[in-house]
Amino acid sequence: MSEAPTAQTASSHAAEARIADAAHTGPMLAADGTPLKKSLNRALRVQKMRALALVAPLLIFVLVTFIAPIADMLFRSVENDIVSETLPRTTTMLAEWDAKSTDIPPEPVFEALYKDMFFAAEAKLHTRLGSRLNYELTGTSSLFRKSGRKVEDMGEVYQDQFEVQNDFWKTGENWNSFMASDAWLAAMADWKPADGRQPAFELRDGIASTLPATSAAYVQYADFIQNVDEKNLYKTDPWAVIYSSLHEDLTGENDLAAYSGPASAELSAAATAAATFETVNFTEAFAGIDKDWTTLEVWQTIKVYSPKFTSGYFLNAVDMQKSVDGAEMRPENQQIYGILFWRTMVMSMAITLSCILLGYPVAWILANLPTRQANLLMILVLLPFWTSLLVRTSAWKVMLQQQGVINDTLVWLGIVGTDDRLALINNQTGTIIAMTHILLPFMILPMYSVMQTIQPTYLRAAKSLGATNWTAFWRVYFPQSIPGIGAGSILVFILAIGYYITPAIVGGTSGTFISNRIAYHISQSLNWGLGAALGAILLAAVLLLYYAYDKIVGIDNVKLG
Amino acid sequence: MADTMNNDAFVEFERVQKSYDGENLVVKDLNLSLPKGEFLTMLGPSGSGKTTCLMMLAGFETATYGDIRLDGVSINNIPPHKRGIGMVFQNYALFPHMTVAENLSFPLEVRKMGKSKREEKIIRALDMVQMGDFAGRRPAQLSGGQQQRIALARALVFEPELVLMDEPLGALDKQLRETLQFEITKLAHDLGITTVYVTHDQTEALTMSDRVAVFDDGRIQQLAPPDKLYEEPENSFVAQFIGENNTLEGVVKEIKGDVALVQLDSGEVIQAKPINVTQAGERTRVSIRPERVEYNEERMQDGAFTLKAEVLEFIYMGDIFRTRLRVAGRDDFVIKTRNAPDQARLIPGSQIKIGWLPEDCRALDA
Ligand SMILES: Nc1ncnc2c1ncn2[C@@H]1O[C@H](COP(=O)(O)OP(=O)(O)O)[C@@H](O)[C@H]1O
Ligand SMILES: [Mg+2]
Repeated sequence: MSEAPTAQTASSHAAEARIADAAHTGPMLAADGTPLKKSLNRALRVQKMRALALVAPLLIFVLVTFIAPIADMLFRSVENDIVSETLPRTTTMLAEWDAKSTDIPPEPVFEALYKDMFFAAEAKLHTRLGSRLNYELTGTSSLFRKSGRKVEDMGEVYQDQFEVQNDFWKTGENWNSFMASDAWLAAMADWKPADGRQPAFELRDGIASTLPATSAAYVQYADFIQNVDEKNLYKTDPWAVIYSSLHEDLTGENDLAAYSGPASAELSAAATAAATFETVNFTEAFAGIDKDWTTLEVWQTIKVYSPKFTSGYFLNAVDMQKSVDGAEMRPENQQIYGILFWRTMVMSMAITLSCILLGYPVAWILANLPTRQANLLMILVLLPFWTSLLVRTSAWKVMLQQQGVINDTLVWLGIVGTDDRLALINNQTGTIIAMTHILLPFMILPMYSVMQTIQPTYLRAAKSLGATNWTAFWRVYFPQSIPGIGAGSILVFILAIGYYITPAIVGGTSGTFISNRIAYHISQSLNWGLGAALGAILLAAVLLLYYAYDKIVGIDNVKLG
Repeated sequence: MADTMNNDAFVEFERVQKSYDGENLVVKDLNLSLPKGEFLTMLGPSGSGKTTCLMMLAGFETATYGDIRLDGVSINNIPPHKRGIGMVFQNYALFPHMTVAENLSFPLEVRKMGKSKREEKIIRALDMVQMGDFAGRRPAQLSGGQQQRIALARALVFEPELVLMDEPLGALDKQLRETLQFEITKLAHDLGITTVYVTHDQTEALTMSDRVAVFDDGRIQQLAPPDKLYEEPENSFVAQFIGENNTLEGVVKEIKGDVALVQLDSGEVIQAKPINVTQAGERTRVSIRPERVEYNEERMQDGAFTLKAEVLEFIYMGDIFRTRLRVAGRDDFVIKTRNAPDQARLIPGSQIKIGWLPEDCRALDA
């Protein structure tokens, strides 16, 4: 510290003395007397922060564009809030129903289902839920679609009776006058479409305790009209479901006498009348739409899939299913994923192995050729990268088919007879051949770059020590090339395990991979949850293999150059 | 070369030629023979064909022409692994995936030696190079000097009769190099192995070898024991290459017995010993070692030939003084004197007289 002011000289002398002492006693001290470790950490921290700030933009970019989609996808594999969101009342009511009982749920559940279905049908969400539950129970999709169409008429009995009882119930304006708060009514009176958004609907104080079902239905209805339909709520006449809710409230055990707000007179008159109204049996009504509503299976499925999160997709992905008794294996004839996973692993290993066998000699030649020829050969190795994957795969179709080039050649050579041409395509053989070709460069490149670093003097040394060519290769060259094989194998295996275009084109039915199934669920059946679960299992399998590789071979034994 | 036909020769090169590309000869007509137990060094500038010769002997290159014999048997068609020659490489070439002990075990395993015998030999070889404690280490955990010791032990562990070393100390620092030079020579003599050692470092060559073969341009320029090589270079390449040397150019005027009169290009006539000049009129380079030149008149020996000189530069080098002079029109004439209490330090710009004995002054080829 050359610029240390003189005033500090004394103390710095003292510090020096301590620094000298520190060698024998306490921790090392820096020039200013703080422990050396602490000031080193402080100095390093600044450096680290600066380094972090430099990479931060890229890091954030990677997190957002790479990690986030994967996390989202993985989340989908357990997410299941569609049931409880679309059928909130039903799922709440179902909580009390014993799924193992032999009786279908009681009438109140059906009434809840009516309301949920009514709103879902208005929002056209029932078909989505139908498709979701159809993954678990075939036929649910059409059941929901059919019910959604018919549910609108179900509660009209009540609407008609209320409207006959008093014209008051006919218009939305009257309904709003007692359902809505004064503030909202005032705001709404001033509102013109030119102003843009309507003032958000506000429930009148106290009405919710008097008419709980009606209030809940009305809020949901108002929200839909204002925000989805974007109609003027002030002038819209209520849906049938509001009337059935009102009937429910008026015939229920609610203390109407305590209510003294607007329309209290109309409400008490209606309450008296409602007691004698013709009622609707929702159980029968639903049974009338479709007999399936009276089967246990449908209700068990809805109940089992009520929770917000489910292990159902994962169970599905391992050929199991969720039932009221917990998880159980699917029937034999429905088990497909286990076989597919197994096949994917085995075939990926076969592909990796054939890539090693074919790639090793090529990489060796590449590494030992003079630069000029090596570069030329390298172009040949990389050539496949310059042609479209589809073109390459389709070329194999031409090569491998029964009347294809290879079979023709074999027949011409007399190796196989005309009648027993080899089946080389639309099976596992086809997939292995085509994918080995496509993934070969990924094996050769890391092998080559590792082999390049193995100096020829090692072989010479081995031979001078008395080793034959083979021993020198096997004991000296090969062990040093293992990191390249490891890197290539990991690369090829992980690529193979997730490949789907090539198996889809040349694999037929017996040569397809799990990824073909994932692609199917993502783009065709739209069962993203199952696709995500399959993907998550695949990811876990890869990580597990990676871990095993690390334990057995050691990951620092992997070199890409 | 008369000794080519030597009967007790252990290693023999006879008229060996080598070309890599079919156009240039990298080794031209190599004749060399060394008896059992000799430590021979191939010394020469980079690219002079030393490694090539070694590789032909080891079997990694084939001679384009000529015969290489080991213990009287032509080995041209014997593959390297059957020659039983130990080799030490410049970059050590220790197998990185094996421990030190496994490296040493390798040559014994390929010879199908039993485990207990192997272990015994490995321990002995490691002790020989003072690396007994390092058997379990990997090469990467050793310093350069330690690695070279292991490489040496590995080349010796299977008890070859001939060991080849290609610039084994080239990558080490000076002090370590000197220690290992000493150890290698001692080992080679103690074990009685025949050694062919390649280096481009003349000090190394001079201190270690029984004989040195100076290579240049694919030929052996001189093959002699170190002292003879230094004192009596046979041509101007060797004189230039080995040690420091002053050269004066001129034309032979007359040769009388073992004294030649040489007229320098600057006009002076000096006496020299004719080495490879035969007749008057030939151009010649006269070579004088810097330490054989005297300027102190009191110490000048009788019969010394004297010449005028001007001091250009005086360099104090601790043990010696190095003085650059202008002599016979040349500015690069150097003399070296021992740093003794009575030794005068020359002052640049002063005119002095220098002298040498005619027999220290050799008239070589131009
Ligand atoms: N494998 C090779 N192919 C072609 N030329 C080579 C090869 N090895 C060496 N040479 C050439 O042969 C000459 C002698 O090389 P080398 O024996 O390595 O010399 P040194 O070891 O004395 O430095 C050099 O000109 C070098 O370029
Ligand atoms: Mg060399």
